[in-house]
Amino acid sequence: MRRLELRHVRKAFDGLDVLADISLSVGAGEFVSILGPSGAGKSTLFQLLTGAEHGEGEMFFDGAPLDDHGRHFAFMPQRDALMPWRRILDNTTLGLEVQGVKRKAARARVASLFAEFGLAGFERHFPAQLSGGMRQRAALLRTVVQERDMLLLDEPFGALDALTRAAMQRWLEQMWRHHRWTALLITHDVREAVFLSDRIYVLSARPARVVREIRVPLPRPRDPAGAAAQQAGALEAEILDILLNPQPFKGHDHD
Amino acid sequence: MPVVSPVAPRPLSASLAKAVPAIISVGLLAVAWQLYATYSGIKPTILPAPSRVLEQAMLNRDALIDNAVPTIRATLAGFACSLAAAFALSMLVDFFQPMRRALFPVFIVSQTLPLVAIAPLVVLWFGFGLAPKIMLVALVTFFPMLVALVQGYEATEVEIGQMLRAMGAGRWRVFVVARLPSALPYFFAGLRISITYAVVGAIFAEYAGAAKGLGIYMLNAKNNFRPDLVLAAVGVSATLTLVLFGLTVLLQRLAMPWERAGQQRAGKVPRQ
Repeated sequence: MRRLELRHVRKAFDGLDVLADISLSVGAGEFVSILGPSGAGKSTLFQLLTGAEHGEGEMFFDGAPLDDHGRHFAFMPQRDALMPWRRILDNTTLGLEVQGVKRKAARARVASLFAEFGLAGFERHFPAQLSGGMRQRAALLRTVVQERDMLLLDEPFGALDALTRAAMQRWLEQMWRHHRWTALLITHDVREAVFLSDRIYVLSARPARVVREIRVPLPRPRDPAGAAAQQAGALEAEILDILLNPQPFKGHDHD
Repeated sequence: MPVVSPVAPRPLSASLAKAVPAIISVGLLAVAWQLYATYSGIKPTILPAPSRVLEQAMLNRDALIDNAVPTIRATLAGFACSLAAAFALSMLVDFFQPMRRALFPVFIVSQTLPLVAIAPLVVLWFGFGLAPKIMLVALVTFFPMLVALVQGYEATEVEIGQMLRAMGAGRWRVFVVARLPSALPYFFAGLRISITYAVVGAIFAEYAGAAKGLGIYMLNAKNNFRPDLVLAAVGVSATLTLVLFGLTVLLQRLAMPWERAGQQRAGKVPRQ
């Protein structure tokens, strides 16, 4: 079942084409990545989805034109965007607070998730007292607890060091298997996209269009060292080749 | 994952130890002054020794306190007005950006007015009461705080704003939840600058004309060739400023507990 569907979405800023032609879909309980070079306009796509910007083309959610943006998406920005002045507990309830959930009820809803997110005992800490990985998990907790239809993750591990990033990717894959969120991830990390996704849309450099849609047939749980690792490696090489040797664009081969 | 444990707050003795260099330098300065005034043969009506200033301050303490009270009152009332005005206008400017272009030039011009010229005029227009003092204190303290607040709102992390809007928050909610707290460090920086101007502003206003106050006390002492009493009053006003400054630092600590929490993590590696 398709939840999100974009058809020929375009966006220009002051005459500069950022998104040339984006058509994609995300099914229920599917983890989809958008992979593209830096500055390709990936984040612009999220701005269109959350309603911060308006573009051309059609966007549908559950078959209906997308109008009430806030209702469908829970957005996790590039940096964790935790508020330094709020304790972790109050940071994670922020989305519920904006939705108008009473403080006590909101706290009860997040409290049960702290252990699962590896944050038990840190409820009363300020963000500055946490490590980068913990901050990202707190940011993800704040995102998922909103219980929207779909998660939008904008390079959530981009600011982490390589080791923490690898640990977070494994952790996220494991969490996703338990919860089966419908998720759209923006990344420029090929390995991250292959490791986490069911499908990958590869974007061209700006102006961005979808140059390839790739299904990732690897079994879950994903194992970075197991038998499927070789298959993953081949897939990564193939994607890297598409990104590094872009074919000149030759019109639409849509449908 | 690294485990972060709360670090015990810095003991009081460490804070006192940090004050030692300041105490020594001030002490040396006083000693040098004392020696010069005693042995150079300079007349006490030109440069009184610190011991004489202190002695006269004690003898005249009732008069000093009596005159400090109106100054404190003018400072606090003026500062409160200034704070309220800066806060209200900063919000106006934040919500309606064109207001900034309309208002800021006026405020900048207000900062170029020489107090020496303005103070007597304000007293001439509004009399010897509290009103002109409040106005002058507000005039000198208002702008630094307004600028600090407006800058502080704009320092809000872009991603926090994006995220809140994606959550469905309106402008007012974004202001209260994100922009206002983001401005706090800037606000306190502005407050610290303003508070040091505030007492000086009040004294200037009194100098231009008042029934009572440290400013008029200084003027009278000077006219009576009593530099010791002028300096005693200066000492009182300096103490007043330091106390107010200390209060803002204390207030900041209370209002921004996360700042110290962050330092604790950042300062986990012991510095020798």
